[in-house]
Amino acid sequence: MNPYAVKLAIRHLLSHPGQTALLMAGVALGVGVFIFMSALIGGLANLLTLRTVGSIPHVVLEMPDRDPAILSSGQDVQAVLQKDLSRRNQIAIWQPAMPIIETTAGVTAVSPQIRGSAFVERGQAVAPVGVIGVMQDKLSVIADIRGALIEGSSNLPPDGIVIGSRLASDLGLRVGQVVRLNSDRGRSRSFRIGGIFSLGIASADRQAVYMNFTAARALFDLPSGISRIEVKVEPATDAAPIAQRLGRSTGLKATAWTEDNSQLFEGLDAQARTGTIIKAFSLITIIVGIASAMLLSIVRRQSEIGIMRAMGASRSLVISIFVLEGTLIGFIGAIVGAALAWLALLPLPPVTEISSGGLPIDRYQGDFLLAIALTTLASMLASILPARNAARIDPVEAIGA
Amino acid sequence: MNPDRILSVNGLTKYFGQGTGEGQVLKDIDLAITSSEMTALLGPSGSGKSTLLNILGTLMRATAGSHEMLGVDLMHASAAQRTEFRSKHLGFVFQFHHLLPDLSAVENVMMPAACAAGRESRTMRDRASELLDAVGLADRREFRPAAMSGGQRQRVAVARSLMNSPALVLADEPTGNLDRQAADHVMELLRSINETMGTSFLISTHDEHIAQQCQRRVELLDGRIIRS
Repeated sequence: MNPYAVKLAIRHLLSHPGQTALLMAGVALGVGVFIFMSALIGGLANLLTLRTVGSIPHVVLEMPDRDPAILSSGQDVQAVLQKDLSRRNQIAIWQPAMPIIETTAGVTAVSPQIRGSAFVERGQAVAPVGVIGVMQDKLSVIADIRGALIEGSSNLPPDGIVIGSRLASDLGLRVGQVVRLNSDRGRSRSFRIGGIFSLGIASADRQAVYMNFTAARALFDLPSGISRIEVKVEPATDAAPIAQRLGRSTGLKATAWTEDNSQLFEGLDAQARTGTIIKAFSLITIIVGIASAMLLSIVRRQSEIGIMRAMGASRSLVISIFVLEGTLIGFIGAIVGAALAWLALLPLPPVTEISSGGLPIDRYQGDFLLAIALTTLASMLASILPARNAARIDPVEAIGA
Repeated sequence: MNPDRILSVNGLTKYFGQGTGEGQVLKDIDLAITSSEMTALLGPSGSGKSTLLNILGTLMRATAGSHEMLGVDLMHASAAQRTEFRSKHLGFVFQFHHLLPDLSAVENVMMPAACAAGRESRTMRDRASELLDAVGLADRREFRPAAMSGGQRQRVAVARSLMNSPALVLADEPTGNLDRQAADHVMELLRSINETMGTSFLISTHDEHIAQQCQRRVELLDGRIIRS
C-alpha cells in the first residue's frame, strides 16, 4: 500500500466532512438493511423450527418393516410385493436398546411409548383419539404437557388420563369426569380425567390422550412390547445424522423429524432466497451509490488529478487514491451501520420469548461480519472503474494549459 | 555541441486532429536551451507557445522531429519513462497555481517528491520549508491555498516547481493571473532562483515587460520560430 496514496485519500475525506458523512450514511443504511434482513430471515427460520419441533419427537424409533424379499423373477413371472400384516408391529425387546439410545451423543430425552387408536365415549357422543401410553416421568419430555396444563394435574394413575382442550370442549368434558375408551384391539375401560392441556397444536389438542404406561398395555393388549421410542436431540437440526447413528446402533427404523417436514424446509429455503435477493439489492445500491459519488468527485477534481500527473504521479498512484477513498467510505460506513444495527436490535426480545405479533428477529444471525466484509469489498470494486477513469485523465486537458 | 546544453529539439512538428480537420500547430521547430539560462517564449495567443511547452514538458508528444533532454531521447521514451523523467528533471509553473486544496503550503511543495517516492519524509519537509523560506512564505507553511492571496499561491507553485531540483522549469504565463506588483514579485523571485540555484527557465508570455527581464527571447508566430 502506497503511504502517500493513503494520506491523500484520508486527507480528502476529512477535508469534506459533510460529503463524506453523507456517503457513509448511505452505506450504513444499506448495511442496516442487510443486517436487518439477515436477522429477520434467521429469526423467522428459528421461530418456525422451534414451533415445529418444540412439541414433536426429533427422532422416532420403530420396528423395521418386515416386507418379504423377492426370491426369484423371470420373464413370465410377475412378483407382487405385499406388506406383511400378519404380525403386530411392535418392538418386542426394547429394554436393551434404552441405554444405547440414552448414551448416544446429542440425545437429550427418550420416551418409550405404547400407542393406539381408540374412541372416547360420553353419553351418545363419540370421538376418535390417539392414545399415548407413557411412563409418568416421561410425560413431558417430548411435548411439554405439564407446562401446557390448563386444568387439573399431570399425574397419571392407572385409571387416569390427561386430554387435550379441544377434545374436552367438543365432548363437554371436565377434570374429574369419567369417560369410556374403546381401543382398536376390542378392549374397553373407564378412565377419570385428571388434567386438560392446551399445546396450541390443533391435532394434539383434539385427539391426544395421555395415559399410564401399564394401563395402555392392558387397553391395547400389548403385554411386553412397545409401539415406538421417541427421542429428543440437541440441536434439533442434527436430527438426521443422529437418527442414522441410532438406526445403526439399535437395528430399529429411525425417522428424523426433517423427513416428515420437507415442506417446512422448502419454505425456509424460499424465504432464505428472498432474503438473499433483498441483501443483494442493498449491496448493489451501495455499489451504485459509491461508484456515482466517485465519478462525480473525479469530474470535480479533474484539475487536481491533472496537476498530480503533470508533477510525476503515476497512474497507479491515482488509482490507489480513489480506490482507497471508496474502500474507506465502504468500510467505515459498514462499521457504523453494523454498530447502529446492533444497537437497534438490542432491545428486541430473543425469538424464544417473542410475544404474539412481535417480529421474530435473531440479532445473532445478523451476519454482521459478512455485511462488513461484503460492503468493503463491494465499495472497493465500485471504485475501481472511476479510479481507472481518473488515471486516464490527460493532464494537459485537465490543467487547461 | 555545447556541453551546457540541457535540451534540444530539431524539426519539431505537431499536428492536432485527423483528416481534413488536421491542423499544424508547430512547424519545424529547432530550439536548444542551456544550463542556467532564463528564456522568454514570446508570441500572440494561438502561436503555439503552450503546445511547445507541453511537448518540452513531456505532457504531450510531438508528431515528428527529435526531442532530447539531458541525453535522454524523449521522443521515443515510453509513457512511464516520460513520467519518471518529468518528475525528476522538470518543474512546472502554470498561469493558475493548481495547488491541491486539501494540502497545506508545505505539503503542496513536497507533492512532486512525495508522488515519486510514494511517501513523505522529514528530508522532503525540510527541503520544502527551505523553498518556502526562499519564496518569502516561511510564515505560511501550514496554510491551505484557500487562506492565501493569489500572489502567495503562485509563489507556492514556484517553490513546488523547484522541489525536485529540476534542470529546467517550464512556466506558462506564470504572471498572467496576477496584478503588476505581484507579477513583478514573482519574476524577481524566478530571476533570483535562476541566479542562486542555476535553474534554467523557459517562460511563456506575451508580456514584453516580463520578456525584458529574461536573458534570452524566442519569438513564435503561427507555429514557427521567427526569432531566437
